[in-house]
Amino acid sequence: MAEEVKLFGGMWASLYSRRIEIALKMTGVQFEFIEEDLQNKSPLLLQYNSIHKKVPVLLHNGMPIAESLIILEYINETWPDNPILPRDPYDRAMARFWARFIDEKLIWVSWDAYRSKEEDQGKAIEEACKQLKALENELKEKEFFGGDTVGYLDIAAIMVASWFGVMQEVMKVELLTEENFPNLCQWVEKFVDCPIVKECLPHKEKMVEFIRVLLKDFLASR
Amino acid sequence: MAEENKVKLHGMWASPYVQRVEIALKIKGIPYEYVEEDLVNKSQLLLQYNPVHKKVPVLIHNGKSICESLVILEYIDETWKNGPPLLPQDPYKRAKVRFWTSFVEKELLENVLLVVRSEGEAQEKAIKVVFEKLKLLEEGLKDLFQGETHHIDGENMGILDIFLCSLFGAHKAQEEVLGVKFIDPEKFPLLSSWVTAFTEVAVVKALQPPHEKLVVVYQFLRQKALQPSAAEVEVKEGVYVRSLSRSHLPDTLI
Repeated sequence: MAEEVKLFGGMWASLYSRRIEIALKMTGVQFEFIEEDLQNKSPLLLQYNSIHKKVPVLLHNGMPIAESLIILEYINETWPDNPILPRDPYDRAMARFWARFIDEKLIWVSWDAYRSKEEDQGKAIEEACKQLKALENELKEKEFFGGDTVGYLDIAAIMVASWFGVMQEVMKVELLTEENFPNLCQWVEKFVDCPIVKECLPHKEKMVEFIRVLLKDFLASR
Repeated sequence: MAEENKVKLHGMWASPYVQRVEIALKIKGIPYEYVEEDLVNKSQLLLQYNPVHKKVPVLIHNGKSICESLVILEYIDETWKNGPPLLPQDPYKRAKVRFWTSFVEKELLENVLLVVRSEGEAQEKAIKVVFEKLKLLEEGLKDLFQGETHHIDGENMGILDIFLCSLFGAHKAQEEVLGVKFIDPEKFPLLSSWVTAFTEVAVVKALQPPHEKLVVVYQFLRQKALQPSAAEVEVKEGVYVRSLSRSHLPDTLI
C-alpha cells in the first residue's frame, strides 16, 4: 500500500508543529502538510485529536497520533533508517528527560520571568536562569544535543532556539545571553543554520512582529 | 551482583511515582537495592543524582542516575529485554499507550490531587473535571482494546496499567477521605474492572501500602493543603510520615 503521511499543523508561528516538520524532513518521509486555522479548527482535526483538540497531529495511513514528543517517538520507530533518538538506552533516557524538562519546566519558568511585574521579576529571572544553566550543562561543548547531528532533543529544543530570542525582543527581558550561556547560544546559531531547520523555522523578525501583535493588550497594560 | 550492573532505587514509601518503578522492576524480575529517602531532609546523594528536580524516584544503574518515573520505565523496558515488555511492539499501539499514559499523568492525576487539596465549591468543580476525564479515559480504553479483553496479570502489566495502578490502586482510601467514588463500576465498567484486576496482581498487592496507611496519607495531604500554617505542618510531616515507614512490607521485598 502506498504510504500516506499527513501532518495537521498550526500556521508558521506554531513551534510544536515545526518540530514534526523538521523530524519528517530529516527522516526523509514524504508528507502532506495541512494547515489548521486554530481559531476555527476543522472537523477532521477535532476527530483525530478529540481529547485535546490541538495540533500537531500526524496521520499515517489513516491512523492519528497526537502530542509532539509522542509523534517524534513514533517517527523514530516507524522509519528507523534515519533514527532521531540515540540507540543507547541511557542516552535515550537523557534525551527524553531533557525534552520533558523543556516542555514542563523551562518554558513555564521562563514565561514567568518574561511577564512578571517589576517587583517579582528579579526572582523569576533568577529561577529561569537556574533552569537554563541545567540545560547549558547538559549540552556542554557538544555541537548538538544529539552529538554530531541534530536529534530528538535538538528538535524538542526548538523552543529554546526560537521562542527565547523572540520573547527577549518583545518583552525586553534578557535571559539567554551569550555571557551566561555560551554553549546554548552557540547551539542556537548552529541549529537555526541547518538547512532543514532553516526551511521550517520562521524568521525571527516575522515572529517578533507576530508575537507583539498577539500580546499587544498585555504589553499595553505594563 | 557486579558493581557495574547494580540497580538502586531511591524512593519514598508513600510515593505513587516510586511505586510505578518498583512494580516495573519486580515484573521484570530485576533485583535492586531500595533506599528510603527522607523528603524533608533530602540526602546529599539524592540532590546529586537529581539536581534538576530533587525528587524521587531516582534509578541508579551502572553508576548513572535516571529520573522521572516515565523515563525510568521506558529505560527499564529498553535495557532489560528478557522480562515481559512494558510497551507493545507495534509503533502505533505504543503511541496510543504513551498518549493515554500522558493523559493519566497530566489530566487525571493533577485533577485528583486538586480534589484532595481543595474544599467547597472549588472541590466540587475539581470533582466534576475528574469525572469528565474518567469518561474520556473509559472511551479511550474501549478504543485501545478494540473489543478484546485485556487480561492483566504479573506477566503483562504495561506502563499504562502501572500508571493507572499508581493512581487508583488507592481508590478505596480516596473514597473514604474524599467522600467521592471515582472508580464506579456503573459509570466506568471497563476502568473499574481493570482497576480491580491490577489490585489483585501479586506484585501490586505486595507493594501497596495497607488501606489504613493510605487513608492517613490522603488525610495528611488534605490537611497540609487546607491548613493556613504550612510551616507548622512541614515539621510534622517529617516526623509523622517518616514514622509510618515501610514497615508494612515483608523483609524479603525491602
